[in-house]
Amino acid sequence: MANLIKIAGRNLFRYKRRTLLSLSLIVIGVLFVTGFMAVTGSFKGMMIGQITDSFVGHMQIHRKGYLAAVENLPLTMNLKPGAVRKAEAVLKAMPEIEAYSKRIKFGGMFSNFTETTNIRLNGVDPEMEAKTVPLLLSRVLEGDKALKKGEIFVPELLAKGMKVKVGDMVVVIATNRDGSVNGKQLRVGAILESATGPGGRDGYVHMDDAMEILRMEAPEISEIALRVKDFGRLHEVFGTLKANLSGELNKQGKPVFDVHTWEKISPFYHIARMIDMMTLFVKIMLVAIVLISIMNVMIMAVYERVREIGTIAAIGTLPRKILAMFLLEGLLMGAIGAVIGSILSGAAIYAIQAARISFDFGRQTGLILAPTIDPAALLTISGIVIGVSILASLQPALKAARMDPIEALGHV
Amino acid sequence: MELIIGQDLSKVYHSGGVPVNALKGVSFSIEKGAFVSFVGPSGSGKTTLLNLIGCLDKPSGGRLLVAGMDVSALGKTDAAVFRGTHIGFIFQSFNLIPILTAYENVEYPLIVVQNIPAPGRRKQVEELLAAVGMSDQRNKRPDQLSGGQKQRVAIARALVTHPDLVLADEPTANLDHNTAMNILSLMKKIRDELETTFVFSTHDTRIIGEAEVIFRIEDGVLKTNGNNGGRDNG
Repeated sequence: MANLIKIAGRNLFRYKRRTLLSLSLIVIGVLFVTGFMAVTGSFKGMMIGQITDSFVGHMQIHRKGYLAAVENLPLTMNLKPGAVRKAEAVLKAMPEIEAYSKRIKFGGMFSNFTETTNIRLNGVDPEMEAKTVPLLLSRVLEGDKALKKGEIFVPELLAKGMKVKVGDMVVVIATNRDGSVNGKQLRVGAILESATGPGGRDGYVHMDDAMEILRMEAPEISEIALRVKDFGRLHEVFGTLKANLSGELNKQGKPVFDVHTWEKISPFYHIARMIDMMTLFVKIMLVAIVLISIMNVMIMAVYERVREIGTIAAIGTLPRKILAMFLLEGLLMGAIGAVIGSILSGAAIYAIQAARISFDFGRQTGLILAPTIDPAALLTISGIVIGVSILASLQPALKAARMDPIEALGHV
Repeated sequence: MELIIGQDLSKVYHSGGVPVNALKGVSFSIEKGAFVSFVGPSGSGKTTLLNLIGCLDKPSGGRLLVAGMDVSALGKTDAAVFRGTHIGFIFQSFNLIPILTAYENVEYPLIVVQNIPAPGRRKQVEELLAAVGMSDQRNKRPDQLSGGQKQRVAIARALVTHPDLVLADEPTANLDHNTAMNILSLMKKIRDELETTFVFSTHDTRIIGEAEVIFRIEDGVLKTNGNNGGRDNG
């Protein structure tokens, strides 16, 4: 086998310029695909991390049908204390869940005693919320990061619009589920940086304050946000959780709970899908580049070596061996291209990381581009290149293997 | 003992829909260890006959036995296996592989045809390169060798698999007279040493006399055959 590889290598470099040109195309293709995957993957990962870790969480549990009406923040569709207890029991029994946070979401009026505007608020247990969405506190631009009773975290845009600062007193007025209006004076504890996506411009109050404003005797929860220990196993955990909660039925015999991953909740998922689609198209381009490059080299190789093929066939080389020899040439070219491309990709990714290129996305500025490529993805790309190389060599190799030795020997 | 027996061999080609009788009922036999030449003008059927004996082509009619095997109806793969085991080829244009050295060209059939491991190959290749006087040129590629040297390497390549028979189609056509005579002398010497049967075609009148058995072909018909001194033909 080593001899056949050696011969294949020499045959490949018989026409150095042509082979190097085709090889460089493959290398550029691999470089482009891995570069694209690393950069977009990094962007995607960072954005998903931002969204899930700063306000959405990895998953959310709602009362069935709540999410469809979430724009109105309907208090009538909150989970009753009994249902919340059942959900918590399930969550505590699942070691895959790292943390969860109960939220009372409601809409109200925000007044600085001079002006009034609308606000969307989350009533949370600060400790549970920080464990579930650990980047929330990193969004605090001004003020104390600990949310205390009697305080409100105001989103940046609203604070600017209403000209409120940390320490100012404001009033939040809301209508509860029975239609009664109630208000409470709160101190601005912190100004929160806005985040991209729904919920990214919500304010936060303590759960007890939310209950007081909404005149709840016991917490009626709008959603339970969850954080899993291993994000890579999100869908597996989602399936288990959904199955575990499916046994809870209401009086009509219908499920009480609805579970969604962040993908159903955040519109960024569609951007992520679009990135995946673009990656797929880039991969298809790579396949086309490899296919055309190697086919070109191998077709020419067969065309230029007809007499040689006739000779090796005449001396007794089996057709399948001739086929294998030409396939080996294509495979070798693909493998060399994949290896060089992978090495250069690694170097390029390292260089981009070292350059610490920053970019803006939505209202988030100064995000650092930190491209990484999973070795498994690199192996997959190399596998695709090598597989396509063999495929591209197949037709020329078959032609060589089927060649009639007499005709081939007589070729001029 | 007869190595090759041809009985009433015919070969019809179709050229533009018109049948061309390249061989018309040719019968002959060649003994093991013979040094045989098929002689005739261009288009007489020499190469066609060599192609049949070499299992590169199938006869349209008749029967052909080579090394005790009826090769008339061998399939493509079986024919390739048979060639790799029993027949060596020498070509007019040498047909060496340009990317390989002289040594590697001789070694090539042992790698791709007979799958012999490296230690076994080295001894065979070195012995044959020495036999054809090319040991000192072993690391040169074909483009660094003269015509005579190329043909010596081609002879070594043809013999490296220890075939019963070596077929040479116009082996001296691209060589000057002296080199041609040297090549034929070398072929004869190897025949004497290894008892390999050599069959070659030629229309070169200067070298016809070197054959011990001469078959004359004209228009696809074997006109005469006979001894040319030296060894007997059956």
